[in-house]
Amino acid sequence: MSQEHNMRRVTAIRNGTVIDHVPAGHAMRVLEMLGIDQTSSVPVSMVMNVPSKKMGTKDIIKVEDRELNQDELNRLALVAPDAHVAIIRAYSVAEKMTIDLGEEVKNVVRCTFSNCITTNPREPLPHRLKVLSTEPLELRCHYCGRPQDLEALVRNLI
Amino acid sequence: MPGLITMDDLTNDEILQVLDDAERLLPVARGEVYLPLLQGKILGNLFFEPSTRTRMSFETAMKRLGGDVVNLGDVKTSSVVKGETLFDTVQMVDGYTDIIAMRHPRQGAAQYAQDAARVPILNGGDGAGHHPTQTMLDLFTIRQAHGRLDGLNVVLAGDLRYGRTVHSLSHALTRFGCTLTFASPELLKMPAEIVSDLKAHGANVVETDDLLGSLAGADVVYMTRIQKERFADEDEYAKVAGAYKLHASNLEDVKEGMIIMHPLPRVDEIHPSVDVTRHARYFEQAFNGVVARMALLCRLLNVDVPANVGGEA
Repeated sequence: MSQEHNMRRVTAIRNGTVIDHVPAGHAMRVLEMLGIDQTSSVPVSMVMNVPSKKMGTKDIIKVEDRELNQDELNRLALVAPDAHVAIIRAYSVAEKMTIDLGEEVKNVVRCTFSNCITTNPREPLPHRLKVLSTEPLELRCHYCGRPQDLEALVRNLI
Repeated sequence: MPGLITMDDLTNDEILQVLDDAERLLPVARGEVYLPLLQGKILGNLFFEPSTRTRMSFETAMKRLGGDVVNLGDVKTSSVVKGETLFDTVQMVDGYTDIIAMRHPRQGAAQYAQDAARVPILNGGDGAGHHPTQTMLDLFTIRQAHGRLDGLNVVLAGDLRYGRTVHSLSHALTRFGCTLTFASPELLKMPAEIVSDLKAHGANVVETDDLLGSLAGADVVYMTRIQKERFADEDEYAKVAGAYKLHASNLEDVKEGMIIMHPLPRVDEIHPSVDVTRHARYFEQAFNGVVARMALLCRLLNVDVPANVGGEA
């Protein structure tokens, strides 16, 4: 099944953001990480588990009338580090954004280890997770050194 | 100024330099020579949880070198109980002192304090994390007995899951090419991420639940205390803890030069009958805490230890 066919499963959007190459089954989590839920007023289209040459299967999300910024992209990187993000204006791709986690994820998410010093919400220094590898994604807290539980990270977004 | 948070803050050469400095400072630690290298310097002792040896040996080390010490005191009566953040406490003590020794129940607290401070932080234990000054005194004790650190067979036994001492030590020993045997009950095994880190650094690691069967080839047996509260019920504790006790009668077939170490306090994992054998080193080890911390204080305060201290090293 072609790429074109995948994209046509949902209609083209006029303005907004298309997030492609989300790992299959992770679209809901991506929406959660972006803070998009039933209370959001923007239209959202989503396809899940569609064939992908690169990934086998993948999810695609289209969010209308909203352009993701770099901070939001950083959040996204935690569950979909290889996602392709395109900003759409007047039905055309106006900007392609690439996800680059860099060496450190700063003040995006709190360490998942329950006894880390950063679990005290009043401590003022930034939350810092070091990126050890992106495939597979491996993060460690700068302070306590603990490997991060990727399943739990989504609940620790700042 | 960088402090000592984990053993990664020191290269192997730097470790050996600190051990050499410590060796030369032995007569000072014993009180035979007065060498006020740190006169005018103040150490802040920030102990947020109980400590006997670490806190006292830091104080002794500072005072033997002519320096002074200020203490946070009892956490229950300090501003910590009023809800002061670690950041704020460190800001205050940073202004009062030249160097800080710290123990905290939360993991990562030492790195956090270092990021908040101007003065160097010496990590005296952060949760189940690291305890590098203990590692330095352990390495000093091992080198004192064997004349070297590289290529030794070291058995680490007991609570390897929560024991920060064994976490820091096993990283350091791996860097010196030691073979490590982790002898512990299933519940208290060395955390998988540490074992995988060690293996990634080329460690030769054996995991077993058989302590007594691991003694024969060992150059060092490092015992730790198994805490009752880690187990769901007392029967389970009694059954498991019994397999991690050493008695003099267990030492008949061990190597002549094998040493037994323990970070102390011990409860009953080393029977007093072991104390009088040639293998027991835990009390010397506790004394070595002073000399190792003296050398670290000098290093982090950029004070050179003279080549000739006097007295008998």
